[in-house]
Amino acid sequence: MQLLTGIALGSIYALLALGLCLIFGMLNVVNFAHGAFFMVGAFLGVYFLGITGNFWFSLVLTPLLTGCLGLVTERFLVRPLYGRGLDYPLLLTFGLSYVLIEVMRVTFGIEGLPSITPDGLSGTVNVGIGFFPKYRLFLIAATALIILGVWFLIQKTRYGLIIKAGAADQEIVKVLGVDIAKVWLLVFGLGCAIAGLSGILASPTRSVNPEMGIPILAESFVVTVVGGMGSPVGAVVAGLLVGVVYSMTSLFFPDLAELSIFVLMAVVLLIRPQGLFGKAGAMG
Amino acid sequence: MNSYFQLISRHRVLASTLFLAIFPFIMPYEALAINILIFGLFAMGFNLLFGYMGLLSFGHAAFLGIGSYLTGIGIVHYGLGWGTAILIGVIGAAIGGLIMGFLAIRTRGIYFSMVTLALGQIVYYVFYKAESLTGGENGLRGVRVDSFNILGIPVDFLNPMVKYYIILFFVVIAIWLISRILNSPLGAVMEAIRENEKRAAACGFDVARTKLLVFVLSAAICGLAGSLRALHLSIVPIDSLHYLQSGQAVMMSILGGMGTFFGPFVGAAVMLYLEDVVTTFTKHWMAVVGLVFMFFVLFFPKGIWGTILSKLQIHQDSK
Repeated sequence: MQLLTGIALGSIYALLALGLCLIFGMLNVVNFAHGAFFMVGAFLGVYFLGITGNFWFSLVLTPLLTGCLGLVTERFLVRPLYGRGLDYPLLLTFGLSYVLIEVMRVTFGIEGLPSITPDGLSGTVNVGIGFFPKYRLFLIAATALIILGVWFLIQKTRYGLIIKAGAADQEIVKVLGVDIAKVWLLVFGLGCAIAGLSGILASPTRSVNPEMGIPILAESFVVTVVGGMGSPVGAVVAGLLVGVVYSMTSLFFPDLAELSIFVLMAVVLLIRPQGLFGKAGAMG
Repeated sequence: MNSYFQLISRHRVLASTLFLAIFPFIMPYEALAINILIFGLFAMGFNLLFGYMGLLSFGHAAFLGIGSYLTGIGIVHYGLGWGTAILIGVIGAAIGGLIMGFLAIRTRGIYFSMVTLALGQIVYYVFYKAESLTGGENGLRGVRVDSFNILGIPVDFLNPMVKYYIILFFVVIAIWLISRILNSPLGAVMEAIRENEKRAAACGFDVARTKLLVFVLSAAICGLAGSLRALHLSIVPIDSLHYLQSGQAVMMSILGGMGTFFGPFVGAAVMLYLEDVVTTFTKHWMAVVGLVFMFFVLFFPKGIWGTILSKLQIHQDSK
């Protein structure tokens, strides 16, 4: 039972780390505003759910909007910084997260919004070994679907081929006539859309407030470090692992729950500094 | 103009001491001056690692917090003298730096930033959970230093001017130490590592050990800033350990000019002053500070002091 809770929690981590990893793998940018996009997604999701009452509608609209926000960010803020080293985009997105937090505070107040569980998904369901919240099952299924979708996009489509090729050698791809700037733009938007999507998916399971993106950013970094930077498989596996470790520790040693995932990271760093699925020397 | 700048940078410790000695008189009130002093030191400690060696840590709030908390705990729970308490804060932060540095220097680049941020969160949770010692969410209250004697002369620590100059005494020692480090062979190795790590290693320098040593030094200086802050505020807020606090050090260094000696102080002064002015108009100062920071990252990556210096440099070359 606790294992399932862990997987539900872990699927959010996996999704966030996947978004981070997409952007990093392609653009070599660590999006420090990823947690802020997650937070914006949660706010927008709850807001749309509140005014329309339709969860599915807001589930589609929210990632579209955060994705657009991502497009604007890449085009006007991140793009001028390419070629200036890895630290500058990171610093810029850090500043952006400050601004996004304040914008949400101004718009929705510092208290945040009450989280709503969509009607059809509240209550519990018997999963054979006991009763489990319906929403969390939905969460697991939805993330699995999204992850499969991203996997399909990268592995099976032409677009994915360009992404992979661009990550391997952008010069060659440029020479082959692909407008790499456009691909980067779209990848950044996609990553931010996934962050927003994780925000709305996570919103019924946690409190929606302007600061909610801050701890989750640190946690998704842990996932990325454990999984190995730039490895989508690592992101997913490590996300689930971190979720399970967290919920197992909170079952047996509730006080140490937050610490446990960081200890996990420390152990992984000591044994494999490049992360579980990372390639040696791929750490910049 | 140029020669003045050269004079200042040749006697940078003396120059900063003289400037800081008159600093409280040009500030609107003393508490702001003290704050700038403390955060300037914090940013300077951070800049030692980031500006001079190119390691972007997002976990330096941990050292500010450890320094603050250990000093506070020493005074509140064990009734230590303030001098001993500061010493314990600095040593504690250095030990924290040794542990965090040991783990973090195994990684490079952006990875380093992520690992230090995550490790900083560990420290946050440890102090947050140790409620009986640290007061948890409410912070540690009652770090009181009223009056004491220096060489038989009674000193009133609650008088803001007196407090400023006592804190300045410690800050000047730290500034002198930083200046010495940068002028030493160690300082040269640090910059070599920043420019090209592989080449520095090929030249026979022990890159990993240098990184760790500088990490510890930087942590100790940030710990000192934390200790002084605990004495200044009389409380230790849990925010001291927050990663946004680490971000403040980063922002101050960038704003002022990373890798320059005075930059972090300039950055701290500008940012805290800005914060002070903006808060009188709106409580959403974070947005303003964030926007200013983004503006600098985009258009003035060298920061205020760094831009001034490079402008002068161009001037000098064309002569």
